[in-house]
Amino acid sequence: MNLKAKKTKITKKNKHNHDLNLLIELHKKMLLIRRFEEKAGQLYGMGHIGGFCHLYIGQEAVVVGIQSVLKENDTLVTSYRDHGHMLACDMDPKGVMAELTGKATGYSKGKGGSMHMFSREKGFFGGHGIVGAQVPIGAGLAFAHKYNSNNAICVTYFGDGAANQGQVYETYNMASLWNLPILFIIENNKYGMGTSVKRSSAGESLSERGTGYGIKNKVVNGMDVLQVRDAAEEAIRHCRSGKGPYILEMKTYRYRGHSMSDPAKYRTRKEVEDIRKSGPIKSIQSLMLNSGMKDTELKSIDDEIRKIVNDSAEFAIKSEEPNSDELYTDVTIN
Amino acid sequence: MTIDILMPALSPTMEEGTLSKWLVKVGDKVSPGDLIAEIETDKATMEVESIEEGYVTDILVKEGTEGVKIKTPIALLSSNKDVVTQTDVKKEIIDKNTHDENKKNNIVHISKAEEGLMPTNVEKENLYNITVRQALRDAMYEEMKRDDDVFIIGEEVAEYEGAYKVTQGLLKEFGEKRVVDTPITEHGFAGISIGAAFAKLKPVVEFMTFNFAMQAMDQIVNSSAKTLYMSGGQMGCPIVFRGPNGAASRVGAQHSQCYASWYSHIPGLKVLSPWSSEDAKGLLKSAIRDPDPIIFLENEVLYGQTFPCPKDSDFLVPIGKAKIEKTGNDVTIIAFSIMVGKALEASTILQDQGINAEVINLRTIRPLDIDTIIESVKKTNRVVTCEEGFRQSGIGSEISSLIQEKAFDWLDAPVLRVSGKDVPMPYAANLEKLALPQVNDIIECVKKICY
Repeated sequence: MNLKAKKTKITKKNKHNHDLNLLIELHKKMLLIRRFEEKAGQLYGMGHIGGFCHLYIGQEAVVVGIQSVLKENDTLVTSYRDHGHMLACDMDPKGVMAELTGKATGYSKGKGGSMHMFSREKGFFGGHGIVGAQVPIGAGLAFAHKYNSNNAICVTYFGDGAANQGQVYETYNMASLWNLPILFIIENNKYGMGTSVKRSSAGESLSERGTGYGIKNKVVNGMDVLQVRDAAEEAIRHCRSGKGPYILEMKTYRYRGHSMSDPAKYRTRKEVEDIRKSGPIKSIQSLMLNSGMKDTELKSIDDEIRKIVNDSAEFAIKSEEPNSDELYTDVTIN
Repeated sequence: MTIDILMPALSPTMEEGTLSKWLVKVGDKVSPGDLIAEIETDKATMEVESIEEGYVTDILVKEGTEGVKIKTPIALLSSNKDVVTQTDVKKEIIDKNTHDENKKNNIVHISKAEEGLMPTNVEKENLYNITVRQALRDAMYEEMKRDDDVFIIGEEVAEYEGAYKVTQGLLKEFGEKRVVDTPITEHGFAGISIGAAFAKLKPVVEFMTFNFAMQAMDQIVNSSAKTLYMSGGQMGCPIVFRGPNGAASRVGAQHSQCYASWYSHIPGLKVLSPWSSEDAKGLLKSAIRDPDPIIFLENEVLYGQTFPCPKDSDFLVPIGKAKIEKTGNDVTIIAFSIMVGKALEASTILQDQGINAEVINLRTIRPLDIDTIIESVKKTNRVVTCEEGFRQSGIGSEISSLIQEKAFDWLDAPVLRVSGKDVPMPYAANLEKLALPQVNDIIECVKKICY
């Protein structure tokens, strides 16, 4: 399911004549994230996953749309709501689920947990638990791309909550000053934990804050994977051509609470239900059906995905906890 | 009326400077604001303006004179163009002053090398005498030559050549790709540097002082120190955070703190703190080559001090090893950074009074070389620790705990701690001196336990 470097161009004009293969790929990836997160929620309830667990349900179109236009050496970094990003860049669901359950077979040998996983091989640099801290780190990855002249870019994801952190603006300033190849993605899911954007953020738009730093920016419907993909293509072309950073603000929504322990009393049930009626996965499924796909085919894709997810859960549960010797390893290299 | 123009103090730590150039000559009329001379301080070459109006009737200190103490008269102004001053007597006094003060203030630690005390195992002909500042610069220069992935980043490191001249000449040699000036945004550029290190570059991040690194504390602790562990060993962070730490001189509470104990608290970090040029060069080179995040605590007051240092560009000081600067049998004095010099001074005075102290220069604070300490305790049975930082939860507290855990039966007296006083650093000169640990404090503590 490697979507990187796929060149298929979809414009609004041929909306009813999409490349079905592309739709299938995007859909599979979003569905994998959805089913994986549902399973993670379930395992949390059963006590297999502890601590914090921030689910990505509802936001799948954002990361899948963007990752689908990245190239081999590109890198990405995100916050603690990171399971979706790992799956979108082809990290093994088994390793991710095993890490969620704190097992030795997890990506961080069970020492990182839900918020801290990494894969150099897939260009995924975490998985960061301090709100906004990944933003300068992403600019550092972009700095290295430029330093090494490898024509790669870094995609740095952060939420609307992080968008008020001072270090984000320190980073905007330097990224623009130094023309770093970085695409900032603001995943605006409307709530920074329990505080709505309206109650936390001055001004009309989060993305337009980039204008003051000379950074091009755009608001995108983050619930539509094709619109995300189109916007990402344009933004990435800009970043890769040496013109410096770009900001895309994705209007999206998380269906679940901030973390598993969040009762989500700050919004109404109706608000969530209204959005769920036309979620990112339902939208792409109706496009697929319009393009000639059959219900039974959709069903068999879902079965296939459920099997991958169930296998990952079984793998995670059966895996051993890290050996107690691991307590003292990886503190320093030397 | 004749007015003395005095050698001005142009930085907090300046005690003397070089009168590099006169911009006026005898007979010139000057007004307030006119440039009269160029003076080289420990940090930069500065132009000096006249604050008086009058005619230059004599120039008392020649161009190119080094070691001119602050407040020394350097020229005379008169309201009357034709006044003739009796300068001969004055000149003699000034020459004498300049000469004596030069000896006193510009601390040169060469004699110790001749006594064979330092540096260890290096023949005299393979040493060169350099300041700590030059040693740090040479270390960065050599490591940047050796490895293209090493780059310098921080405030004023490039075009300004370093707020304390430590990066002098590096921009010219390596260009702006590898010597990167940042805006004044420590949190941001620390994070960017950490990201670059995750991508396997090797940043040397200069904090103008470690006081400002407080802004970047989250990135240093949460991102640089912990990510290797959280990633199960995947995400190394080969980065050096360096800059002056501790008190400079008269810069007040927010600019005069020792952070050794703060950083030494954190697993994942290595904390180094050099005293001499040998320490500075050898440790910084080791730090840049090390794959882990390193906190490198320098000291502004030491920058201008000269020590012998090995010439060999492959000379490295091992991380995690302390150095015995002076051997002795009666008491162990443990110190790091500027306190090593004070400990050695104290040991010289104590020697005259019949107490033979062993002086340990920690060099690395984390991981602490506890073996060298314990070995010394077994010999002397008495310990005094020295640090400029606050007493509570300080480096001395940690050492004291470790000694009682590992060598309780070898102690003949309680471990005593010399430290900064438990107050924010005062500005007034007399109070600042009281707040900082002095040679006498060390001597007093040693005498208390050498009964």
